This record gives sequence, C-alpha cells and structure tokens, in this order.
Amino acid sequence: MDAASAVPLHPVAAEALTAALADGWADPARLYSAGRQAQQLRDATHAAFAEALGVRVDEVSLWPSGTAAAQAAVLGGLAGRARRGDTLVHSAIEHSAVLHAAAKGKSAEVGVDQLGRLDLDAWDRAVSAPGVALASLITASHEVGTVQPVAAAAGYCAEAGVPLYVDAAQSVGRVPVPPGWSLLSASAHKWGGPPGVGVLVVRKGVRWISPYPQDDLYRPGVPGALDLPAAVAAAASLRAVLGEAQAEAVRLSALVDRIRERVAATVPDVEVVGDPVERLPHLVTFSCLYVDGEALLHALDRQGFAVSSGSSCTASTLRPSHVLEAMGVLSHGNVRVSLHRGTTATEVDRFLSVLPGIVAGIRAEAGL
Amino acid sequence: MIELDCLGQKCPLPVIALAKRIRDVEVGETVTVLADDPAAANDIPAWCRMKKQEYLGSPRPHAFAVRRLS
Repeated sequence: MDAASAVPLHPVAAEALTAALADGWADPARLYSAGRQAQQLRDATHAAFAEALGVRVDEVSLWPSGTAAAQAAVLGGLAGRARRGDTLVHSAIEHSAVLHAAAKGKSAEVGVDQLGRLDLDAWDRAVSAPGVALASLITASHEVGTVQPVAAAAGYCAEAGVPLYVDAAQSVGRVPVPPGWSLLSASAHKWGGPPGVGVLVVRKGVRWISPYPQDDLYRPGVPGALDLPAAVAAAASLRAVLGEAQAEAVRLSALVDRIRERVAATVPDVEVVGDPVERLPHLVTFSCLYVDGEALLHALDRQGFAVSSGSSCTASTLRPSHVLEAMGVLSHGNVRVSLHRGTTATEVDRFLSVLPGIVAGIRAEAGL
Repeated sequence: MIELDCLGQKCPLPVIALAKRIRDVEVGETVTVLADDPAAANDIPAWCRMKKQEYLGSPRPHAFAVRRLS
C-alpha cells in the first residue's frame, strides 16, 4: 500500500524486460548489427512514450530516474531562460527532488490551503513578477493526493510568458494531465515499470539547455548509456497501464473513499487530510493524534501492511513533511496509503479492521 | 497559567503532555509548551484546531502558548 513510492512490476513490464535484455544490450551508437538492433529498439521506445504521452518523439528523453528527470527539467529549464530571468517559482508542496534543485539558485515559493490546493492568486502574482525564468508545479501531491489546478496555473504562466514545468510522477498512468505545460517529468516505477527510468518531455519551442557536461553525440541530452531494457519495459508497461487506467481509477477511488470514511468513523482524534474530491484515485493520507508515526508504521508492517509516513520520526531528515507543514495539518501519527492494480478490496478491509486497535494500543502505551 | 518543559522531547510527546495537562488550568487560562522538536511548531497549532482550543502563537523561540477554551 505504498504505490506512491513504487509499484510492483507490471506483468507486461517483466515480459518486455526479459525480451529486451536479450535484444537491447548493445550500444545503440555502434554500427554493427547488434548496435543497430538496439538503436531500433531505442527509437521504438521513444516513439511508444511519445504516443502514450501525446507528444512528439523528439520531445522525449529518458533519464536514470524520475528524480534525475525532474532535476534536469528544473535546471535545464532555468538554464534555457537565463537571459530572461533567474528565479524559479514553485509550489510549497513540490517533491523534494524539485526543492533541492530549486535550492541551487533563486526561488519563490507559493503556498497551499489546508486541503493542499495551490493559492492561484499568489501563483499569478509570483509568475508575473520580473525575473522569473521558470515555474514548477506538481500535478498532484505525492503526499496527500490533492490534484492541483494545472490548467489555471498554466494559463497564468502563459500570460506572463513563463514556461511551466509539471512533475507528473503521480499522475502519468493514472489520470490525464491537463495541457498548457512546457516541460513534464514522470517516473516508471510509479506506474509499474522498473525502477531507474525517468521520462522528461520538453515541448517544441521551449528552450532547454542541459545542465550536465555533454558527450560526443549529435544532440544535447542525457549523458551516458541508457538502460535500454528497463526503458523498453517502462514504455510497454505504460501502454498497458493506460489501457486499464480508467477502470482502475474507478475501482481504487472507491477503495480510497471507503478508507477516508471508515478511518474517520472508527479512529478517534484522526484527521484525514487532502481534498476529498479533487484528488488522485489511489492515494489517501491521515494523521492520528498522540501517535508516534514510526511506531504506527512498524505495527502495520507486522500485520503485513507497507505504508509510508510524513511524520518527522520516519524521515531521514527528522523533520516533518514539508507538505503537511505547508497545509498546516497534523504531522505526527501520519500514514499515507497508496493503492495499485494488485491491491484488493479484501486487503483494504483487513487494513481497516486492524487499524483502530493498533492506534488504540499505541495511545494506551503513551498513557492516554 | 502553567509552563510545560518538553525540550528535547520528540513529537508527539509535547502534544501528549499538552493534552494531559491542559485539564489542570481553568477555562480561559493558558498553557505554554516549551518544545524544540521541529514538528511542534506545526503540530501544536494543529492540535488546537482539532481539539477546539485557542492557539495564541509563539511568544519566543521554542515556546507555544495555548488558551483553554473548553
């Protein structure tokens, strides 16, 4: 139940990976037949991504991870607009990959409300300010699931002449991304592809300059060898996932509604956070008052449930989630549940049946 | 008015201490929690909102004032 971190490999991805390991091992830049075979496979993979994402083939590049793609989008987008400005406008709830890239230079942060929705008036003011090179908005929060007003935010960016980068890691393969963006990134292991494949799309006419040293190839792009078998598997699984996306969204959204309703009804002093309607189909977050997040995670793990938490005690930084902080909602006792195609209603029901007892047990130990 | 020294304690301990000890003051009086866990600045106001108590702000670094309303 931690699909927002990584989803088990889709069967189509596993099949494609095995086949591509045999056919796609060679360096696609080489002139012998195995190299040409790899080149054909690479070109077909780019074409498959372009078709799945509804963009041109030469707008797609493949990176060693979603994080690498996101950081290339931010740093390359800023570099491409260096003559126009030096400031990155970003929401307060971006993924840490984007925030770390933002910290390399000047940035302006735009807040969210208690449901985790972007403050569009503040966004409008921020992107209209002089010196803005690029704007960055996550399509939907990876921590609380709230879907962001991408189309409206893109409209303000267009008025201001500022390109918009969208981190679509939680949306691609699950829900459509509204148009209007200039750069987009996604991550294969969020939709059932293998880990280690990130996708970056830079639309035609958008200036992007690679922030990395280049190699001898004719076109600026990703340095070094592509993990072609993984990329092939990622593209094949994306196509398969998109075919089932609508039906899966309906099924998972009903399970999330059930979790939102049952948790609020059966666990006292709990706050189910994020927008209950404008949300991702597969993700829900709640915080239990007086509960240590780490203890809760371990107790759920002992029952066979893998969930994530935004509580400070579970983070390597020992700080609470910046997303929960930006929303001003409780950060301790936090649990993020995110579902995938392998999650069954029976599993969700078992989770809902053990949760109240686990929370009560931890509270009792704390003397409450 | 009482002051709770929760310095060095990790969340949720400062919030648990606040919930236990707020019953020791009269309605309308304040409890000040001293806490340096980075989550306290977020979680004490959030607790006030959830439990319908009034968050009075942070009078000085690592101090959070709460008025009992009920």
